[in-house]
Formats: sequence, structure tokens, C-alpha cells
Amino acid sequence: MTTLLSVKDLSIAYKVGSNDVVAVSNSGFDVPKGTIVGLVGESGCGKTTMARALTRVIADNARIAGGEIAFDGQDLAALPEAKMNALRWRDISFIPQSAMNSLDPVYRVEYQIMEVLRDRGGMTRRAARARAAELFEMVGIDKGRLRDFPHQFSGGMRQRAAIALALALNPKLVVADEPVTALDVIIQRQILDQLRTLQRELGLSVIMVTHDISVVAYTCDRTVVMYAGKVVEDCDTATLLNRPLHPYTMGLKNAFPDLKSAGSGVLTPIAGSPPDLADPPDGCRFAARCPFAAELCRSTEPAPLEVEKGHIVACHRASEAAQLRLEASKPQTWEAMA
Amino acid sequence: MPEAAVIRKPRVLSRVFSAVRLPVGDPFAVVGLVIYALFIVTALSAPLIAPYDPTEILYTENYDLASDLLPGEEGHVLGTTSLGRDIFSQIVWGARSALLVGLTAAFMVAFIGSIVGLLSGYFGGWVDALLMRLADVAFGIPFLPFVIVISAFSEPSIWNTVIAMALVLWRDTGRVIRSQVLSLRSRGYVEAARVSGSSDLKIILRHITPNILPLSFLYGSIAIGWAILTEASISFLGFGDPDAISWGFMLQDAFNSQALARQAYHWFIPPGLAIILVVSAGFFISRGYENLLFPKLGR
Repeated sequence: MTTLLSVKDLSIAYKVGSNDVVAVSNSGFDVPKGTIVGLVGESGCGKTTMARALTRVIADNARIAGGEIAFDGQDLAALPEAKMNALRWRDISFIPQSAMNSLDPVYRVEYQIMEVLRDRGGMTRRAARARAAELFEMVGIDKGRLRDFPHQFSGGMRQRAAIALALALNPKLVVADEPVTALDVIIQRQILDQLRTLQRELGLSVIMVTHDISVVAYTCDRTVVMYAGKVVEDCDTATLLNRPLHPYTMGLKNAFPDLKSAGSGVLTPIAGSPPDLADPPDGCRFAARCPFAAELCRSTEPAPLEVEKGHIVACHRASEAAQLRLEASKPQTWEAMA
Repeated sequence: MPEAAVIRKPRVLSRVFSAVRLPVGDPFAVVGLVIYALFIVTALSAPLIAPYDPTEILYTENYDLASDLLPGEEGHVLGTTSLGRDIFSQIVWGARSALLVGLTAAFMVAFIGSIVGLLSGYFGGWVDALLMRLADVAFGIPFLPFVIVISAFSEPSIWNTVIAMALVLWRDTGRVIRSQVLSLRSRGYVEAARVSGSSDLKIILRHITPNILPLSFLYGSIAIGWAILTEASISFLGFGDPDAISWGFMLQDAFNSQALARQAYHWFIPPGLAIILVVSAGFFISRGYENLLFPKLGR
């Protein structure tokens, strides 16, 4: 499988006052062509910053401090703005978090889709109109609704319209920032199914940013787990959920309900909160919340290593993972940290 | 394609109607709309409705001065003033100056306020700082004394009110629109337009202005009432244009002629009532629009 996108050693810093807050530091992952890659982690772990950096649409006070984003033979991190702009929407497109705010309430949806097709895609009015109808069919909205205003759409339809907009110019890579977070589970499933179908039919590659393990389990081929601005684990989703190597992933799994196993039904949260990124700790960033942290963990930062084929983890105790998994499945292990 | 043309026509019409969207659901707003309709028709067709020139000094058939006639006497619907002028004709012509002052002032306030709000909110930085400090200054100016000062230093004219309003009252509209723009400019569609290389001007015109227009209209409609009230106050205080017949001028005329002491209610009640009706009608309408614009207020 060829790699479409390869992020290496990427660092992104926000200037806050006179300090640099490094929201993503020396992190990387690969997106093989035609797969859905999930980017998970709790709020503030840098997943949205990372995703936005791929389109280079970052906040005014943020900058890419280092690393490279290899996409299709080009380094996006170093590309001049004009060239980057030519790639946006045509090769890499973005599905924003709140579709509510991504459509302009004063224009009909058709007009907004056609505007993209004509201005960015250079289509004629007639071709754009036909393509807009085709896109609506693709995301499962009746094309009669094209003449509606955004407020006449339900939340799910707006999200579909946002997906249609992202797919308008046949991009190679779609970055979806929490595309289903504001929706109820039934609509979530519909949207995710739609995304998967489209991904298969169009051979798309998708990066899905989410904090919801169940979304990842349902949709993603590969999963990248981030913690406090670092990638801590990266492997295919099935292995990640069944045989996680990083204690954070183990803890994250415990904190979500599992419908299949008849456990106690009690969820075990990970005590504490992520470190302050303005002043990150020396060792492993998860050490303070990790029930298995050793002396080494507090002093030296673990480097991400490919411990098994296609399974990357940044943990000093990755070799003892089988034992740790056993302990991590007991609630007492985590409660002792609280 | 003749078929397409046939389908198109009603669509354009319905578009215009849906764009105007009169707030007919609210009974207050309906009353306001009826009063406004009467007011505008009266103002536009003043020469047809008014039986006399409002400034003409009239005489009776016996060549006496037709002064202080009561309503109905000698065919004067509302009687005459002490100088023998027809009160009804003055009311009708007064509607014209009220409409003129109201509309121009409202336009100025909404226009200047919107531009200030757009620039300030969109560009931020020193543009914002400069414009908002100017707004602070405008907030510090006491409005009525300011109008009086302007009137005192320039030729008496109804335009003094309009100029003073344009110079001072943009502040409220500007502030409100600025805050709206601050929220709009961070919306996804604005960001999308920006990163796909749209110019600032295009973003402002295409995406931001249409979204703040309802607010501009709301503030404009409130300004109509303010302008009419202000013009009346200025005229009543004697700083108005003595040649232009307005409702405020009529009140001042009646006051100076001691109409109250002589119990000439037919003289000063009609202009007072006209002011109250038109101004409150304006507020009723803007209230109706407010319900349309901000349905969450849930009144």
C-alpha cells in the first residue's frame, strides 16, 4: 500500500503572551492511500491543531515550528501560500466540526456548492449545477433540497452538505474534524456509513479527528492516539483495541462502555488531567497519570518505536504490555492513582 | 426556453415578498404598519390632500383675518391658528417634513453605523481601536444640546437634525454591528472563503454584509422615530426652520400663542398626537421585526 500522506516530526506552536505553547511536538503518522485514519485523544491533546495544520489553516498565533508534511511528493509545511492554496479543496479538503456554522445562512445551499465548483473548480454554471445535484445524491440528500436555505436543513443534512462541499472537487485526502460530534447516534451512524461508502467508492483517504473511541472502532482502518501534543500509539484499529501497548490507550478503552463484554458496567476514568503544554514535564508526558510509571518514565521521554510490524508506540514498558494489559483491566489499578 | 421563463417569473416575485417579510403576525406591528402606510401616503400626496397652503394667511368671506377659528368653522376641518393658517393643512405638510427627516436620518445612521461596524469588527487592530474610541466620544456627547449647538451655529434648517444624528447616533448601530461581525468573521464559511483566497472586500460584501443587513434595518427603523422626535424637540425649542412647516414648529407656534391658556386644544393636540402616533408606530414595527430577527427572545 502506498503512502499518501506522511507527517514527520511535526511541531506546532501557539504564541500565548510571550510564551510558546507547543500544542503538537515532534509527532508524525502515515496515511496509506485509500484508508480512514482516526486521530483520537482528549480535548486539548493537539488533534485538531494537527489536522488543521495539514491544510495549513491554523490560527493567527500558531506556526509550524518544525517537521514536514509529505503529501504526494510535496512538503506541505514548506509550500508557498499560493501553491498551498491551489491544493486546498482540490487535493485536500476539510470537513469542519460544526456544520451549523460552515454554511452561510443567507445563501441557498445550491449557490454555495456552485460557488466552490465555479470559483475553485473552474466549472461552467451548467456543469456546476449538474455536479451539485450529483454530490447531493452521493451524500444521500434529495436534490430537490438544493434550493433550500441552510436553516431548512436538519443537523444531519447540514453535515451531509458539508461533506458534499468537501468532496466537490474530487480531493485525494479529506480531513474531517469531529464530523459527527454534535449529532445523535443514529445520524452519526448514517453519516459514518456514508463516509465509509464514499471512501470505498471514490478511493478516498480520510483523516478522522475524534475523541470518541466508538467512532474510531466503527470507521477507521488505522488509529493514531495522541496525548498532550504527542503521538503515543499508532496501529491498525483492531490491534489497537484488542492489544493496546500504551497504558494511555488501555485507560482510554476502560473509560468507554463496552457493549459486548458483560463487565461490571462501571467505567473507569483516568484520574488527573493532561500536563500544561506551556511547561511540559521532562519524561513521558503521561507519567503523572500512569499507574505503571517507572523511574525512567519520569526522567526520559520515550521515543516512538515500531515494536511490531505496523504498530508504533512511545512507551518504555511496551515490552511488558501483555502483563500491563492484564493489570489495566482491573479498576483498582486506576483507582489507586486517584 | 419559454417554459423556464414562465416558471421564473412568480419565483422572482415571491422572492421579493419573502425578502421584505412584513411582520404581519404581530398585532402591534400591524397597527404600526397601518399608521405608517397612512403617514407615508399623506406625506407623498400632501399637495393633493391639504386644502390650503400651510403658510398662507387666510381671510374669511367678510375679509376678516380667519384667526382662531374652531374646527368646522368656515370649512376648516381643524380650525385655524392665531395667524389665520389652516391647521389641517399644516398637519398634512408636517407629515412630509417628518418623513423626509426620518428617512434621511435613519439612512445616515444605519449606513454610517454599518460601515463603522463592518470595518471595526472585520479588520480589528488599530482600525477597531480608532473607530471604537470615536464611538466612545460620540457616546459622551449629549445629543439634544449637541443638536442645539449645531442649529445655533448654522442656518436654521431641518437638515441640522439629520446632520447631528448622522454625527452622533451611528455609535449604537456601529457597536452592535461590530459585535455581530466579530462573531460572523470566525464562522466556517468566512474562514473557508479566506483560505481559498477571497479578498477582504469580497468576504465583507458576499458573506458578512448580507448577514448584518437585518440589524441595520432594525436600527434604521428605530432611528426614524428618534429623528422625528428630535426634529420636533428642536423646533419646539425654537431652533427649527421657521419657513418649514413641521409638527414641532406647530407646537411651538401654539405654545407662543398661548393656545393652552386659551384652551385651543384643536391647535396643539393634533400635531402632538401625530408625533406620538408615528413614533410609536415605528417602535411597534421594529418590535415586530425584532421578533422575526431574534425569535429566541420568545415574547
